[in-house]
Amino acid sequence: MQHVSPVREPLVTGGKTYHDVTQDICRQVEAKPNIRWMAALSVALFFLGVFLYSVYRTLWYGIGEWGLNKTVGWAWDITNFVWWVGIGHAGTLISAVLLLFRQKWRTSINRAAEAMTIFAVICAAMFPVLHMGRPWLAYWVFPLQNTFGSLWVNFNSPLLWDVFAISTYFTVSLVFWYTGLVPDFATIRDRAKGPIAKVAYSLLSMGWKGSAKHWSRYETVSLILAGVSTPLVLSVHTIVSMDFATSVVPGWHTTIFPPYFVAGAIFSGFAMVLTLMLITRVVFKLEDYITLEHIALMNKIMMVTGSIVGVAYITEFFIAWYSQVEFEQYAFVNRATGPYWWAYWSMMTCNVITPQLVWIRRVRYSIPLTFILSIIVNIGMWFERFVIIVTSLHRDYLPSSWAMFSPSIIDIGIYVGTMGLFFTLFLLFAKFFPVINMAEVKSVLKYTVDNGPTYTGNHGHHQAHQPATHGVPASAPVNYDKHE
Amino acid sequence: MTSMSKRFALGIFDDEDVLLHAIENVREAGVKIYEVFTPFPIHGIDDALGIERSRLPIAAFFLGMTGLSFALWMQIYMLGFDWPMIIGGKPHIALPAFIPVAFELTVFFTCHGMVITFYTISSLYPRWKTPVLDVRSTDDKFVVAIEMNEKIDLNHLTQLLRANGASEVNEKEMTKF
Repeated sequence: MQHVSPVREPLVTGGKTYHDVTQDICRQVEAKPNIRWMAALSVALFFLGVFLYSVYRTLWYGIGEWGLNKTVGWAWDITNFVWWVGIGHAGTLISAVLLLFRQKWRTSINRAAEAMTIFAVICAAMFPVLHMGRPWLAYWVFPLQNTFGSLWVNFNSPLLWDVFAISTYFTVSLVFWYTGLVPDFATIRDRAKGPIAKVAYSLLSMGWKGSAKHWSRYETVSLILAGVSTPLVLSVHTIVSMDFATSVVPGWHTTIFPPYFVAGAIFSGFAMVLTLMLITRVVFKLEDYITLEHIALMNKIMMVTGSIVGVAYITEFFIAWYSQVEFEQYAFVNRATGPYWWAYWSMMTCNVITPQLVWIRRVRYSIPLTFILSIIVNIGMWFERFVIIVTSLHRDYLPSSWAMFSPSIIDIGIYVGTMGLFFTLFLLFAKFFPVINMAEVKSVLKYTVDNGPTYTGNHGHHQAHQPATHGVPASAPVNYDKHE
Repeated sequence: MTSMSKRFALGIFDDEDVLLHAIENVREAGVKIYEVFTPFPIHGIDDALGIERSRLPIAAFFLGMTGLSFALWMQIYMLGFDWPMIIGGKPHIALPAFIPVAFELTVFFTCHGMVITFYTISSLYPRWKTPVLDVRSTDDKFVVAIEMNEKIDLNHLTQLLRANGASEVNEKEMTKF
């Protein structure tokens, strides 16, 4: 029941046939790793080493290795946690929300975006686990019996909600992603030459054969997973924001936090998707699949969510004044003009002003500018979390306990190190897994009639059975339900 | 030839629109289609093949309800009855505070239950070797498999499939399928 419209831009350019799609996407899985990939992996592995060393220091000497003090008990760790979780949100948004809204352009980017979600959540999870100080007792966060050393967990606490939200989010994203990968693993399996690849992809593909009945169930499962992932993704950052909003710290205790955090998460996530996609499309020569149109559409989402975030910043200020609460007002004046003014104004510049440049068509369709924009937004969103967390904590009700925070080398090492972890995982994914969902891209290849592979089989004696797509104006709707 | 082996006639199609028409015409001609293998989901193929709507959404609903009930029972039992504690002066059973965990577990049970159900009923599990009728069916070809028996005349069937746009008609024997 696909409506074919002549006004729509093709989703995949270059007049690809189904076989071309398979070839283009399996190419990098089947080829030997190239030098650029090896170089990138070496850099990522180096930073992974930095991460492991910093974690070793943290575990051996305790979290005294970090720059925290009695006043600022949460700083880079939670900043990085929120930053990484937020980045993950774009993947679920693309794969679930855009599926429900039938945005077919998502098919080229959803696989990599979901991979990004999973790896970002892994990076995020490192911070609260390390902040526990004794990560080997991390299972205490789960509701276990008193004999394990603690009472029941406190279900009234947002920090515990976080445990449930993040673990649900991670596992659900993982199975959603894997289920989408199964048909593509089958494609690679059926093309595999080497004995190891044959067995490996046979195991991974779970015996998928692409039968019509399986596809029918597969689509039902995808739709239901998308349906429940949509409120899930909103709930995750809502709950993350409640870690702050349910406390009585000035600057945190606001009802605007949940929507503001969710918008911020999508904003930063799309920035990260853009960063990754712009690199991936060049390295793997996927310009026909991730087109300028895709980049422009993602830019638009970034602009909308960036504007929501901007409005939220201003609303916070207004409410602080309107509340007539002295402490609340001071928290905000201190943010903009206090010792951390540079962090606040970096955040404002990066997150409020930069995305507005996307209104200009030239910027939206420019690859170098989009790349720079996406990096700036990532930096800005990191500063947002830093501003919210550190500036609210460092000067609260009691001036005698005011303090400043400065990160230790280990703080920096862990943060930079998680990027190493992230890129190691992402590079391995990009090499051994299909980075684009082949099956879904094939299903949108005929999105515009001119673009699709046209049937050139036996023209002779079965003209009467030719379907309506051939030789009719592109505007004619193709409705399979109505044919005789 | 062992008793386990099955013979299939395979109609290979290059285009999904041609395939849909062919499926309808072949079924109208009274030929039973064993299975259709396609590289991607095709809209309208369920109707053409007469595949019933999946009942997975019903399973999803009950799985979700299980998760919700479990989450509520767990929180009410643990904090309300097993070891009641006063936390911030709130009631022991503070239902509004239990909503987030209840929601998350609803989603958790729905998703994982759905995925397990899907893999189980479709008997998808990791295996060392995956025999397929035509390796191109996961690439760019649409394969209509018809199980052969004494009553079916292969020449007649080949003609029927060809007339409906099949680019090739092959025969394949599978010992385990």
